[in-house]
Amino acid sequence: MKFPLAWNRLWAIVLKEFVQMRRDRITFAMMVGIPVMQLILFGFAINTDPKRLPTVVFDASPSAYTRSLVASLENSGYYDVLPPPETVAEAREAMAIGEVQFIVSIPPDFSRQLVRGEKPALLLEADASDPAATGNAISALANLNQSALQHDLKGPLARLGTAPPPFEIRIQRNYNPEGITQYNIVPGLMGTILTMTMIMMTGMAMTRELERGTLENLLAFPVHPLEVMIGKILPYIIVGYIQVTVILVAAYFLFDVPIAGSLPLLLACVLVFLAANLTVGMMFSTIAKSQLQAMQMTFFFFLPSMLLSGFMFPFRGMPHWAQIIGEGLPLTHFLRIVRGIMLKGNGWAETWPNVWPLLVFMGVVMLIGFKRYRKTLD
Amino acid sequence: MNGEYAIDVHGLSKSFGHKRVVNGLSLRVEKGEIYGFLGPNGSGKTTSIRMLCGLLTPDEGSGTCLGFDVRSQSAEIKKQVGYMTQRFSFYEDLSIRENLDFVARLYAMPNRKQTVQAGMEDLGLADRADQLAGTLSGGWKQRLALAACMLHRPRLLLLDEPTAGVDPKARRDFWDEIHRLAGQGISVLVSTHYMDEAARCHRLAYIAYGNLLASGSPEALIAQSGLASFDVKDDDPALAERLRKLPGVQQVVAMGNLYSVSGRDGALIEQGLASLPGLRFERAETGLEQVFIQLMENVQDAPP
Repeated sequence: MKFPLAWNRLWAIVLKEFVQMRRDRITFAMMVGIPVMQLILFGFAINTDPKRLPTVVFDASPSAYTRSLVASLENSGYYDVLPPPETVAEAREAMAIGEVQFIVSIPPDFSRQLVRGEKPALLLEADASDPAATGNAISALANLNQSALQHDLKGPLARLGTAPPPFEIRIQRNYNPEGITQYNIVPGLMGTILTMTMIMMTGMAMTRELERGTLENLLAFPVHPLEVMIGKILPYIIVGYIQVTVILVAAYFLFDVPIAGSLPLLLACVLVFLAANLTVGMMFSTIAKSQLQAMQMTFFFFLPSMLLSGFMFPFRGMPHWAQIIGEGLPLTHFLRIVRGIMLKGNGWAETWPNVWPLLVFMGVVMLIGFKRYRKTLD
Repeated sequence: MNGEYAIDVHGLSKSFGHKRVVNGLSLRVEKGEIYGFLGPNGSGKTTSIRMLCGLLTPDEGSGTCLGFDVRSQSAEIKKQVGYMTQRFSFYEDLSIRENLDFVARLYAMPNRKQTVQAGMEDLGLADRADQLAGTLSGGWKQRLALAACMLHRPRLLLLDEPTAGVDPKARRDFWDEIHRLAGQGISVLVSTHYMDEAARCHRLAYIAYGNLLASGSPEALIAQSGLASFDVKDDDPALAERLRKLPGVQQVVAMGNLYSVSGRDGALIEQGLASLPGLRFERAETGLEQVFIQLMENVQDAPP
């Protein structure tokens, strides 16, 4: 039997594929762009060992000992001690928003008790909603009480420096006392799934019209561009809410994730987030020339959203530039909103700081999309 | 509506990049008239039609469509014009009824259900109302498209090669429908490549490389061309070359068992044909095809 493959025919197909690849610039750019982006994000931006976490210290018995103690917290590399607000309540509020990760409270007679060898205790409250973000910092405390005061406890006090440790650190894990990873991942998953499906669906909805030639007809009808845009977005908002319902039911009944805050507030924020993502999809569809391109652009947006938003890796572990990019992504803010409402029981006041960036984002993207929408075929 | 023309435009031009696709097109289509729009592929017919219905903004030129300014009142024009695209552009994953219903809603038609039903019955689509548009054959798709662009009772139809790829019977039915509509006072601008369709238009315009080359009724165009034609009753394949070399002969078309020979100087051709021994030939009527091929060759000889 003759060998069924002929080189010249095979080569004809290969050549044709290359020509088509070259013609489709966006696809080609994506083929190069996505690996480069992955390299940069995984190589430089991601750090599973976040350091310099924002910490405030309320020192009710300032002394050389407590100063050393704070210094050794900072020296561990995990704690960045910031000037504390006036009251502990304000600090807790900052923790709810996510601006402060740790609150250290040193009781009034700490130094006196220490010197007397009464083994005083200090309290460290951690925002444990993301166990991955605080885990290493808490582990680093294990030996701190042993070593922190070695230099200060000299002479007659030197005996206090030897085992057992001269003081105790009590750790209180707020919002997620058992450090259950699902508490953090499952609400976050809601944002990730919505980002993926919303952007892809709307991105493809408009390019489908272009690809199948129905756009020409649609433009010839007396229909306003805004009517087309909103008309195409609305059905997906309903789809988005179905997804949210499925995830919330699963989170509550399957993974036992608590819903500490208000459900109506959460659902209202979901609407803002959905709208923000849908406008991204619409904008992509005004740029992409085919459904394939729309899908690639979705992926191009989805990848940094997943990696830089704090969904998979602690936000504070990333370098500054990556955090700035992260702040520009809707998922970052939505994750803070969802985790805030579900785990921390945040209300409107704590949620708002992450809602307005979504609105700004949506406005800007909508403007770009609307400018690019074809009213004519020019 | 002011003026008596359905379409009255002057000097419309459109360029894409450096390519001038339509160059100073002036067109007048009377009310109730079927106006044929002819020209080779890529001659700017589709671009012209798109400018007329507001899908493209002309670079230069001005004019009115149904009395509305083509530049500034495209929204008004869209409401009263039915535009049928060259490529089928309805939703293939919607049924006939769903497609029509969608269109009726876009035009905010009163009595939507009845309108859709009537539209389907007019064009014999009622039996297939629930068939998906994607599964229809070419002729039925084209009927659906016509039904859709008629649904809102437009006063002007712009049809861009509506019968491309449609069988002769369906084409004839389609044209009967067009004439019926014209009889009701609807104006029609239709582009086509078929000469039999051109002959069914009241008036014609011939456009090539963006320029309007000729316009008038089919009879007038034939008369203007000054072409004389002869039928040579012979099917010898070698004859074509000899006929082409005869003095005055500009076109030779092989048609089954005869050759159609034409040129401007009828007497000279007749002389030449007579000089070939044993050739049976007779004078014939010049067709529109010869006229248009002549027009196109003139342009190619002397590009603008």
